[in-house]
Amino acid sequence: MKQTRFYRMCKLLLMAGLLTIALYGCAGGKSDGTQKETTAAEDSTALAEPKRGGSVVVGIQQDLDSLDPHMADAAGTSEVLFNIFEGLVKPDKDGNLVPAVASEYKISEDGMTYTFTLREGITFHNGKPVTIDDVIYSINRCAGRLEGQEAPLVSAYSAISEVNRVDDRTVELVLGSADTELIGYLTAAIIPADYEKQAEAPIGTGPYKFVSYSPQHAFVMEAYDGYWQEGLPYLDKVEFRIVANTDSAMLELKVGSIDLYPYLTSDRARELSGQMEVLVGTSNLVQALFLNNAEPPFDKVEVRQALAYLVDPQEIMAMVADGYGTEIGSNMFPAFGKYYLESTKDIYEPNVEKAKELLAQAGYPDGFEMTITVPSNYQFHVDTAQVIAQELRQANITAKINLVEWGTWLEETYRGRQYQSTIVGLDADLAPKDLLDRYHSGARNNFVNFSNEEYDKVLEEAIASTDDAVKVEKYQRLQQILAEQAASVYIQDAAKLVAINPKLGGFEFYPVYVLDMAEVYFKE
Amino acid sequence: MKKIGKKVITLIITLLLISFTAFLAFQIIPGDPAAAVLGIDATEQQLAALRREMGLDRPLAVRYISWVWDFAHGDLGQSYHYRTAVSGLLAGKLPVTLALTALSFVFILAISIPLGIVMARFADTRLGKAMNVGNQTLMSIPSFFLGVLLILVFGLILKWFTPGEYISYTESVTGFLGYLIAPAMAIAIPKSAMVIKFLRSSVLEQRRSDYVRTAYSKGNTDNRVLFVHVLKNACIPVITILGMMIADTMAGSIVVEQVFNLPGLGRLLVSSIGNRDYPVVQAIIVYIASAVVIVNFIVDIIYRIADPRIRDVSL
Repeated sequence: MKQTRFYRMCKLLLMAGLLTIALYGCAGGKSDGTQKETTAAEDSTALAEPKRGGSVVVGIQQDLDSLDPHMADAAGTSEVLFNIFEGLVKPDKDGNLVPAVASEYKISEDGMTYTFTLREGITFHNGKPVTIDDVIYSINRCAGRLEGQEAPLVSAYSAISEVNRVDDRTVELVLGSADTELIGYLTAAIIPADYEKQAEAPIGTGPYKFVSYSPQHAFVMEAYDGYWQEGLPYLDKVEFRIVANTDSAMLELKVGSIDLYPYLTSDRARELSGQMEVLVGTSNLVQALFLNNAEPPFDKVEVRQALAYLVDPQEIMAMVADGYGTEIGSNMFPAFGKYYLESTKDIYEPNVEKAKELLAQAGYPDGFEMTITVPSNYQFHVDTAQVIAQELRQANITAKINLVEWGTWLEETYRGRQYQSTIVGLDADLAPKDLLDRYHSGARNNFVNFSNEEYDKVLEEAIASTDDAVKVEKYQRLQQILAEQAASVYIQDAAKLVAINPKLGGFEFYPVYVLDMAEVYFKE
Repeated sequence: MKKIGKKVITLIITLLLISFTAFLAFQIIPGDPAAAVLGIDATEQQLAALRREMGLDRPLAVRYISWVWDFAHGDLGQSYHYRTAVSGLLAGKLPVTLALTALSFVFILAISIPLGIVMARFADTRLGKAMNVGNQTLMSIPSFFLGVLLILVFGLILKWFTPGEYISYTESVTGFLGYLIAPAMAIAIPKSAMVIKFLRSSVLEQRRSDYVRTAYSKGNTDNRVLFVHVLKNACIPVITILGMMIADTMAGSIVVEQVFNLPGLGRLLVSSIGNRDYPVVQAIIVYIASAVVIVNFIVDIIYRIADPRIRDVSL
């Protein structure tokens, strides 16, 4: 009995220590986002020599929606398929696009022509070499240009007007209008032209090859011997196990049947300390209280600004995530580096008096009632809504929380725009316009109904520009407009907490939603 | 033979009703299957193309009739979400749920029949009363909670099995059944408690009958009266309960599969509802409904064997 108590005390102390370190690391990392936080992972991995071999089980929350990389749409699927497939280019951990199936690429100065050279000696998992025809087939398939296709499978590809074969190793893409950011979307998988079973037994060029898949249960892959990057991957076998919920994932982490789980919540992280290493990174999502700008009272800018003064991101982070997270002030997160305008987060410091003043100006001196629609499957957003409802009460605003199922949210809130306010997280591809073009007054996905002439003009200029310095300036201006106009109440780029078997090293956080298993290895 | 024909017609009508209700429910609840597949940034053009591919652009009645037609011809259709044949999807999951249901049922029989008899035999003693209280407690524990308790005790503390380390029946049948023991127990214990209660009260009721008094007056012992005379009569209501229990066990497995991370029909059903994957949901519902109807039919037959008096009464 005494021993158990002593053990418990030790555990508690250790836990408190770890938590302090983690919190300190997080606070320190706030100024520069992912950079600092990932160093924790780097440090722990630098100590040990990578060992070859071994198998790892990764717990994932969602089942895959399709094994065909061009058909798959869920972020949870691309996270897994990242290990099987590669595009002409692929993202690295710093958010750069590095050549993959292509060994080099060139974008013409006018931003109209992209030229790719096929990597020499690269092969598919079936052993056949990748040919230029496979590349052309894959691009045409994404763009919906094959016979019998009605719509592009990857909507960004509709910008491509011509796909030209220059020679056996070179392909040229000609666009309808200048766009230097399309490269961010050319990460779509290159697949064999003569293979029709992608949906059952996918074949790509990635570091791992497909072994088996059982819906609602597991996706298994093993190392591909012929991978073009020498020395990768380290592991022999990786199983992605679909866990029913966080509770069963926690159990499996505790007994060690899962080695890696990337969706921990902060309270659960504490429960695991000692047994599992917990790494902290950013989730690269814009979490916001999105306001329907076409719906009263949020059609008035003063009301939106008042809400921005009332909602305190720091308090939300403290209440729902133990202080983890990075405050943001506009529709972009720090992983975008030079494009990201950090100063927007300081525009609305919590100020109840100011908020009341603005509400009075807008004709709501006594507050009002509003509804926050939240998809019920995201506990994190539900918790955030509860904190926000409390904060709004300070200015007599009564917020009712309306929980809806994800399917309903997609149809009614997102597509139908039938809502007053909602909380979700928006993710992005590796192109800054991906997060900002939805606020164009004519954008089909402008679900907040934001409309601002200057914004539309600057956005069009930003996309058309081929000069990166101009792009940076314009994209920053767009963020400034969103913040000043309080298009919505921007909260945070939530922290991502990853539980990992302490014997494993090499895990890296990416600025896009992927789980790169190629560099993960056993330390001993 | 005539009765079997009648039963088959009842089965078909029941299935039509159930499938139509499920079909309608999906039209009423919001959520578009195409949007569920394509996600947040699908264009209208992509959505329209996919709806056409799924056949969602056809009128409701046409869709239902064509579904029934295909179903009758053994074609369960294509899953919207997984984009593969529903029959293939179910084929992998069915053995898990079936094995879990069967194992749970075996446990229910193995636990409840002996214990029920013992409890009836000693109903008047202190021990019997204490057991009755314990039984009431077990009856009120929900399966999913018991499942969590079992994982905690046998998985985490005693380490008799590893939670989550599900072994497929294609890899090892014994390993597969071994992993199913804990979930089957989670389902069986509360249900056994219910059967025990029925068996016990049924035996006690029979013991008050006139024929029991006659049996005693003939000089029979307690045990002989119980096993030879009472038990046979007491079993009839228990068979009905056991029949209903099979349906219940199947429903219980849907919940317990989530707790134990078992890749059975239950998890597929729950996720398919979320994905608006109507062909999969429809197929599972019809499957479960037919299982229930068929089991009830078998129970009816057993019933007639156990009690010859019922044979004269038309069902």
